[in-house]
Amino acid sequence: MKFCWFNLMPWPDLPEDFRETSRSVWVDIDSKLFDPERANVVYHEYMDQLEFADEMGFDGIGVNEHHQNGYGIMPSPNIIAAGLARRTSDAAICVIGNSIALYNPPIRVAEEFAMLDCITGGRLVAGFPVGTPMDTNFCYGQIPALTRDKYNEAHALIMRAWAEDEPFAFDGKYTQLRYVNCWPKPIQKPHPPIYIPGGGSIETWDFCLDHDYNYSYLSFNGYKAGQTLLDGYWDRVAERDKDESPGRAAFAQIICVADTDAEAEQLYAEHILYFFNRCLHVHPGFSDPPGYRTLKTIKAGKLNQLRKEAQEVFKNLTWKDLVEGGFVIAGSPDTVREQMGHMIKSLRIGTVFGLFHMGDMPDWKVRNSTQLFAEKVMPQLRNIWPELEGDDRWWPTGMDGRVRHDDSLARARLPGVRPKGQA
Amino acid sequence: MTLTTRQITTRQGIDGEVLQGGSGPDLVWLHGAGGTTADDPLLKRLTERYTVHAPIWPGYGPHETEHHIETMLDFTLHGWDVIDALELSGAPVLAGHSMGGMIAAEMAAIAPHDLARLVLLAPAGLWDDAMPVPDIFTMLPYQLAEVLFHDAAVGEKLLTAGRSFDDDAALAAFMVDRARQLGTAGKILFPIPNRGLARRLYRIGMPTTIIWGESDRLYPLAYADHWSGAIADCTVETVAEAGHMVVVEQPDFVAARIG
Repeated sequence: MKFCWFNLMPWPDLPEDFRETSRSVWVDIDSKLFDPERANVVYHEYMDQLEFADEMGFDGIGVNEHHQNGYGIMPSPNIIAAGLARRTSDAAICVIGNSIALYNPPIRVAEEFAMLDCITGGRLVAGFPVGTPMDTNFCYGQIPALTRDKYNEAHALIMRAWAEDEPFAFDGKYTQLRYVNCWPKPIQKPHPPIYIPGGGSIETWDFCLDHDYNYSYLSFNGYKAGQTLLDGYWDRVAERDKDESPGRAAFAQIICVADTDAEAEQLYAEHILYFFNRCLHVHPGFSDPPGYRTLKTIKAGKLNQLRKEAQEVFKNLTWKDLVEGGFVIAGSPDTVREQMGHMIKSLRIGTVFGLFHMGDMPDWKVRNSTQLFAEKVMPQLRNIWPELEGDDRWWPTGMDGRVRHDDSLARARLPGVRPKGQA
Repeated sequence: MTLTTRQITTRQGIDGEVLQGGSGPDLVWLHGAGGTTADDPLLKRLTERYTVHAPIWPGYGPHETEHHIETMLDFTLHGWDVIDALELSGAPVLAGHSMGGMIAAEMAAIAPHDLARLVLLAPAGLWDDAMPVPDIFTMLPYQLAEVLFHDAAVGEKLLTAGRSFDDDAALAAFMVDRARQLGTAGKILFPIPNRGLARRLYRIGMPTTIIWGESDRLYPLAYADHWSGAIADCTVETVAEAGHMVVVEQPDFVAARIG
């Protein structure tokens, strides 16, 4: 079982009346709310937390890509990952991921991910999201009906660029390159583990199964709401006659650990409510541009999320609602361990993206929750899937003898000494 | 006069439907991003003076979205393929509304000698930074009428056409239609409804009529000046008490101005 500590990197200073005064936290968020000097502190605090998670023994640390977004100040996750690559030695660096339809040309992703894999010594997990409509269509201007087609082409280009050892010409509809010659190349062969974050799109399930990629269901609605969707995914796995390795699936879950259940509410409730009540305030007109979802997915989809009541679901949520509804797994180590064990088994997931920092949570609380989880929850759940032992398809093993953080830090401080005999 | 549905297959092999009716010179009508039906009041009036041919654009009829039609050039050539499939005896009048006007103008620019006249009703296709067009792709159903109609209350009724979204089947059908129709429209209208047409307008040499609703809140009336300034033989007709949906708001007046 793999535990990845994930930071969305929210902006912590959205005003209390944000919901009333702003139309959306995403796309057309009031840019005057962003304070670059404050961001100096915020970025470092968030990166320090990710490094702390490595120290605490998490299997991975995770970053993702959002644009013009009040709960994600990480338009370029690769920049954060590069910083983490130099300051950590053990955890996988999970970039979940690069929205490959947005890179022009997408060979840029092949290059940057290869760089990250080399710098980390083969610790990269490479995520290829199709991207949300907010990011992909409204912030980055991709045509909704052509987004998936462009994504598929970008994927084909990147995978071939990593695989080929001779330059080749690529005559795509969206990208034409006369000399594709990926330089550098990733350490991991044939490529780093690929994670595909998705909502409920059926095409994405088949895409994952076609290539043996991990399907990562990243939602903020928690494990109870995620059950139906992952049941659908596992049905599809069975229909496709694929092995049922739990490594095929990952899930994002908000987790808050304290000494007692009561203390969890006392410490964390206000920050989780900040997230649900301010950070998820997205103008509904941005969420489903016509053509983005395929007809097949729309026909299979649930309709109630389209109704006006559904847009208001987060408005009146209380801590009790969030805990009982499974949006948040919170409480003492015993409580969290029990619920996590149940979640992992019932969703059949080999990777959890644990969201420990949420909303405007102060640093000490984040570390408190993280440390309690690492010391009192994670060890008992590590071996929950004996069948994953030796199944290296879904997680990096890291290169033997790779450069480690301590060594490189020591070397960085050495003066230059000319070897004997050199002019 | 009633419009009936004729099946055609283009030389590219794309199947489609064409609403057809009336008598007189041929007039080809290209509908806007909301589609059209045989009950359209303007089409009915036009059948009194013309043989009307109103192709249903791929993605708007019973067929699935057409994946071969993606770029502006694909749209333009498909328009001509449809006209070829109609096997008309001479050069037709080409008229189009909104998105249909944009496609019609592209068709006129690429083959200016093959049309008798051009009629553009509040056409899309140009962009002026001083008059940014509202983004219909982010609008919720209840926000559309305000932008599209002179009288939003009347427009609301026309848009919902008696459907209730409390009914699952109606909502599902609406979502599928919306995805197909506006998904198709987005190929040439998203994120900015400008595919470089301004650079090609000089080629439009045939007599051209521009018709615009005076209270158009999607494409403000001032856009008409951009069109008339770029097309040599061009007349502008403005329509009182009409918004962007001028074709359903003032069908009698518009039919008279089409001539």
